[in-house]
Amino acid sequence: MTDLRDLYQEVILDHNKSPHNFREMADASRIALGHNPLCGDRLKLYVRLDGDRIADVAFQGQGCAISKASASLMTDAIKGKTLDEAETLYAKFHDLLTGPPDEKATGAGLGKLAVFSGVREFPVRVKCATLAWHTLESALKNDKEIAKTE
Amino acid sequence: MSVVPETALPGVSPAFDVAKIREQFPILRQTVHGKGLVYLDNANTTQKPRAVIDAERRYYEETNANIHRGTHFLSEKATAEYEGARAKVARFLGARSTREIVFTRGTTEAINLVAAGFASAVLKAGDEVLITGLEHHSNIVPWQLACGRTGARLVVVPITDSGEVPVEEFGKRLSDRTRIAAVSHVSNALGTVNPVEEFVRLAKARNVPVLVDGAQAAPHLPIDVAALGCDFYAVSAHKMYGPTGIGALYGTEAWLEKLPPYQGGGDMISSVTFEKTTYNELPWKFEAGTANIAGGIVFGVATDWLRAVGLPPVAAHEHALLVRATERLTAIEGLRIVGTAPRKAGVVSFLLGDVHPHDIGTVLDREGIAIRTGQHCAQPVMDRYGIGATARASFGVYNTGEEVDVLAAALKKVQEVFA
Repeated sequence: MTDLRDLYQEVILDHNKSPHNFREMADASRIALGHNPLCGDRLKLYVRLDGDRIADVAFQGQGCAISKASASLMTDAIKGKTLDEAETLYAKFHDLLTGPPDEKATGAGLGKLAVFSGVREFPVRVKCATLAWHTLESALKNDKEIAKTE
Repeated sequence: MSVVPETALPGVSPAFDVAKIREQFPILRQTVHGKGLVYLDNANTTQKPRAVIDAERRYYEETNANIHRGTHFLSEKATAEYEGARAKVARFLGARSTREIVFTRGTTEAINLVAAGFASAVLKAGDEVLITGLEHHSNIVPWQLACGRTGARLVVVPITDSGEVPVEEFGKRLSDRTRIAAVSHVSNALGTVNPVEEFVRLAKARNVPVLVDGAQAAPHLPIDVAALGCDFYAVSAHKMYGPTGIGALYGTEAWLEKLPPYQGGGDMISSVTFEKTTYNELPWKFEAGTANIAGGIVFGVATDWLRAVGLPPVAAHEHALLVRATERLTAIEGLRIVGTAPRKAGVVSFLLGDVHPHDIGTVLDREGIAIRTGQHCAQPVMDRYGIGATARASFGVYNTGEEVDVLAAALKKVQEVFA
């Protein structure tokens, strides 16, 4: 089951069990809903902006271990970052997930988010890992639409 | 893991030899992630027996030609086989005549055909279309479209906690405005077998036609549309050990005569001028364009195969698997079965503690076990239970009691991973 442990790394299982920033936010400046119709995952993301800086970010909802841990680690990673920095991080994260499965991912510059390197070997789970980020994008654009990974 | 096929499931006739059946399915011999394939996603699509695979190849090697228009040998042969297949499907479903069997792309297209016809020829503003809370999206959305076009209203019979549609609740919602009732025979998400005989009896008393979505029933239960007395019955070949992209709509002659064509084109006409077109006779009036000829012919072969195995033994075998699975899975701490109706086909939808169904599916896949996870194209059913998704194991003719045990053991591994 080594390959399963590549996907479900301890950090992911921990964040699934006890997600960080898993709460409502009363003074959010942006709120977006994310939905993955394939598996029924739903995510509500709250962002409080201070100029172009993400002062606070939190989420609620239901999802699989990958989507929940991804949302949790994302909130840790982007809190205090500028919008540009968050965008750069997402681009790197996306490359990590969608790179060729036979190529070992380095996860350089991703910090804890590098624990998702195993996801590229499970293509159907990429959407689980990106749901929170799609939702963030939609929150920052202030889209009224629900972000979908389909 | 090597699956040792068994014949000793309680309640199953010893004449039903699952080992002999498994031998006919080449795909079941393979390993997945180094484990023997345990295919428990039969409500999604079934695997194909050698007879079906061979028939598909034989058609293209020996018969291929367009139908209903040739004067040459192959065209006549293809036409005879295609129309012969229609007769086989008619017999399988218990239809009185081949005029009542329209080949479609599947159940979804069959329901769309009827819903579109009702929108053009029957439904008016204020009318009602009655469905149940158990329906697959394919028996909801076509009716929503029809209602949107006509101003008719969709009325939904609610389901109980066990996943049943109570007959009296169905009866209460039949009104003077009900123009059609569209109900599933077997729920794909929960496995509930609906009392369609009772639904038809109540609807007939009010002169309301009934469409039965039989996609999940036809591979598992003996079907007799004439005895049932429904007006429409829709099936998909690929859930009946046949090919994808082909299915059938049974419709009474009276209704098929009344409904307008679904699509225009070749084969569905008897004469065309720029002023006026006369439509072809039943059932070809509803079959525009070159048909899925190979699909139709092989669908016929699949019904032959299923009839030869015998639906009553299939139903008994799958029921025994259901009983065993219900017992084994219920014994797992924290596992909850969603859909506990007393009459169920071989479907077990379940939740395992806090583990998301998607994660269950991934871990089981690594054990060689194929199940479905998600909403099962039945979001209203999930909403009814306030859940986002379930994991679903569904049984077919080739599954064994050992495979049920392999599933139960693998679910304990899931719990270990997410402990």
